Amino acid sequence: MPLDNVVFWVFAPIAVASGVGLLVMRNAVHAALFLVVNFFCLAVMYLLLDAPFLFSVQIIVYAGAIMVLFLFVIMLLGVDRTEVRGERLFGQRWLAVGLGVGFVIELFVALRAGVGFGTRAPGGFDAVNEGGNTQALAKVLFSRYFFPFEVTSILLLVAAIAAMVLAQRKARAVTQAEAEEAAAARATAEPGVPA
Amino acid sequence: MRTPIAYFLMLSGVLFALGTVGVLIRRNALLIFMSVELQLNAVNLALVAFGRLHGSLEGQVLAFFSMVVAAAEVVVGLAIIVSVYRRRQSVNVDDARELRW
Repeated sequence: MPLDNVVFWVFAPIAVASGVGLLVMRNAVHAALFLVVNFFCLAVMYLLLDAPFLFSVQIIVYAGAIMVLFLFVIMLLGVDRTEVRGERLFGQRWLAVGLGVGFVIELFVALRAGVGFGTRAPGGFDAVNEGGNTQALAKVLFSRYFFPFEVTSILLLVAAIAAMVLAQRKARAVTQAEAEEAAAARATAEPGVPA
Repeated sequence: MRTPIAYFLMLSGVLFALGTVGVLIRRNALLIFMSVELQLNAVNLALVAFGRLHGSLEGQVLAFFSMVVAAAEVVVGLAIIVSVYRRRQSVNVDDARELRW
């Protein structure tokens, strides 16, 4: 068995198992940790597919930044809050699982018809990755895809501003009476300090 | 590279289906959001695998853009979840039903 086959068959079951773990965990933190495992397995798959740049980006951006953001929000909103059980729609859960299984079967049939289970990738990807995957990717990104690249920078800027606008607490207007009251309270609490 | 490309595509399909089922059966908005992330990652894997099959870098470029957009989407989505939580002290999607008739 060639080495990349071994790596695939080690990490693919872990990826699927951690995906199932994400589905069945009641605690949001546990689900997030399963998702980190899943992202890491996908990063290994990128390595197998000759994409070492995406491997590192996957780990840094997804397993690092995005999951930390998720965990941060979970902690902010309270971890002890478990999900409500019980279904609002009758049989929704089993219907969803059935549809998922059907989707996978359909996909396998389509794959067999389209790509074929035995098709191996052609050799010679080293020619595409000439001078290193990162350099080759940069060459394509900064020539043919330069405009979309710049547009995504605007998108990130807009997203950052939107997050600040959405998450800020609206300051309540303070009436003059309240301001005077607060000043008086401060003066009595700390005598000698001018309010 | 001896592993057939179809194996990667199968893995991608299974993960996408798991994400879809997660979106359908979960009630916690955060967990639904994580399932969406799983779907996005499955599609990224398919993109990279197809790029490898056709011997071009376009798949990787597209996956890279999809990661950037996913990062922006996560930021905005989590901000929306936080502001919904502030308003009604709950992240259960069944509680947000003002627009339902």
